[in-house]
Amino acid sequence: MTKILSQIWVVIVMNITSIGQRIWMSLAAIFAVAVVVAVLLSFLAMTEGFSKTLEGSGSNTVAIVTRSGSQSELNSVLSRETINIVTTAPGIAKDANGDPIYSPELYVIVDGIKKTSGTEVNLPMRGISSVGFELRDQVSITSGRMFETGKNEIIVGEGVLREFAGFELGTTVRFGKTEWEVVGTFSTGGNAFESELWADAPTLQSQFQRGSSFQTIRVLLETPDDVSGMAEMVENDPRLFLDVVTEADYFAQQGEALNGIVIFGWIISIFMSVGALAGALNTMYTSVANRAGEIATLRAIGFSNTSAFFGTLAESIVLSVIGGFVGAMASYLFMDGLSASTLGASFTQVVFKFELTTDLFINGAFLALGIGLIGGIFPAARAARLPVIVAFRGAN
Amino acid sequence: MTDETLYSLQKVSKGFVKGKEKITIFDGLDMSIEKGDFLAIMGPSGSGKTTLLNMLGGVDQPTGGEVWFDGSRVDKLSEGNLAKWRANNIGFIFQFYNLMPMLNAAKNVELPLLLTNLNSKQRKKSVEAALELVGLSDRAKHMTNEMSGGQQQRVAIARAIVSDPKLLLCDEPTGDLDRATADEILEMLQLLNREFGKTIVMVTHDPAAAKYAKRTLHLDKGEFVEKDLVA
Ligand SMILES: Nc1ncnc2c1ncn2[C@@H]1O[C@H](COP(=O)(O)OP(=O)(O)O)[C@@H](O)[C@H]1O
Ligand SMILES: [Mg+2]
Repeated sequence: MTKILSQIWVVIVMNITSIGQRIWMSLAAIFAVAVVVAVLLSFLAMTEGFSKTLEGSGSNTVAIVTRSGSQSELNSVLSRETINIVTTAPGIAKDANGDPIYSPELYVIVDGIKKTSGTEVNLPMRGISSVGFELRDQVSITSGRMFETGKNEIIVGEGVLREFAGFELGTTVRFGKTEWEVVGTFSTGGNAFESELWADAPTLQSQFQRGSSFQTIRVLLETPDDVSGMAEMVENDPRLFLDVVTEADYFAQQGEALNGIVIFGWIISIFMSVGALAGALNTMYTSVANRAGEIATLRAIGFSNTSAFFGTLAESIVLSVIGGFVGAMASYLFMDGLSASTLGASFTQVVFKFELTTDLFINGAFLALGIGLIGGIFPAARAARLPVIVAFRGAN
Repeated sequence: MTDETLYSLQKVSKGFVKGKEKITIFDGLDMSIEKGDFLAIMGPSGSGKTTLLNMLGGVDQPTGGEVWFDGSRVDKLSEGNLAKWRANNIGFIFQFYNLMPMLNAAKNVELPLLLTNLNSKQRKKSVEAALELVGLSDRAKHMTNEMSGGQQQRVAIARAIVSDPKLLLCDEPTGDLDRATADEILEMLQLLNREFGKTIVMVTHDPAAAKYAKRTLHLDKGEFVEKDLVA
């Protein structure tokens, strides 16, 4: 065993130390693998960051009630009457006075300008109450103060502040005929709510001519994950056409739309890998051709063809692992923590951060190794089958 | 075949298929090499000298006949067993040295020992002894591509003898060297034959080189022919 390992080692040393003879080709192969790995990692980092943002948004102690079949908050409408009925349902947590804890909310779309591209995009503006504010986990005012009821004041999420122009503290923004003053900024720990503007719900109702209707209500559950009491009531009361899900489930459903992007990312990467593979194959066939005399000499001395095979394969793997490492480093330097926004649920912008995790790096490593293995295996087989009499050709 | 016979070729034939053409190089060749022999093989270009040497070295297989080496048949060995057999029995010396340019002289000489059970200390001792024998002890750490042709061929000889094989096969070992250097190399081969009992088969174009051998065989069109040495 040690004998075969030292044989393989000789072939590896022979191949690696002669990389200089085909340096440009080797660098091109490394570069190709690096690009492929970087592309894959950026797709994965994007979807990872996006789904973390959505997952982080949903609480399992809060249920969200929308009109049946409305899919997203934007399309839902709930009358005051409906709200009065459904909030009597069992399973809703009560406050000190024995009243149910719930937050009727409005959800409208306003215009924003994306800083990076200068393009106009849809931003979600939410009308909430102080109860609604408290229903968000990890919520805090990060600068300024909370809006006051009855005033045209808004607080803006940290994500909005980062990605969209004109929402700095103290500025006045115009939406249609209405004007609002930014009196504070808030954080919800990096989740999707940070992509929103929040205002007093009744003020928003009057300014956007919504009368007394709301779009959704959020209720605090007595028991986490248990919406059965409300679901039962909705089912048995013919006046109620509602969907009740926990907030966690609601955002999980929205996040599933992203599976498509992950698959798309893999498909793109695999297509590009074919190109990188061609580069690796070319480099390795050249390596074998360059080394033919030496490989044959070693074989004449008595080295096994296994050593020629694995020595060649190792060179290919070394090249692609270097490429994978470069690609991973590049995506880590340029992408990890990069803030971006994209169209999320309700055709509004969701601000999220690219996130590179160990798991994602493992994906990148597998891709690089795959290219190295496939790109090396055929040239390695050629090296192993090289006729030994090649070593004597020079003497003919 | 006697105990003194190292190599015996019986009715060996060898042909190549080139496209649709079948080329016959040997057809029923008989040959015997005694232990301790120093045999020169001469002949015009294309007469089959290299092909014969390749078969003796077990890097090419005959298409017919039998090949016996030291009492056992070797022409039917598998590729893997043949590699082991070569490692144990044959030392090759090539016209263009065939050294590994990325390894220093000592590492080049050590290569055949990587196929043995010797540990690194034992290998180091053997390498030193072989380099000493070819007069290159002081060049052990030198890169071979910075050496002269004669020095490179001496490294190659050290590599060929380091694992103490029974048979040395040399294909035009002085073909790339000037007269004086060639004589040095040939004297070294003669010494290995006389003092260390190595059996040597050497292919050469050069009648002056052949004079160092104990006997010379002339190959022509795949057959050994009698030849007037004076002519
Ligand atoms: N692998 C091969 N395929 C086809 N023909 C070959 C091959 N090797 C050698 N030959 C032919 O066999 C003949 C003898 O070659 P070789 O043994 O190299 O002769 P020499 O070494 O005496 O010059 C030549 O005609 C050569 O072209
Ligand atoms: Mg020849």
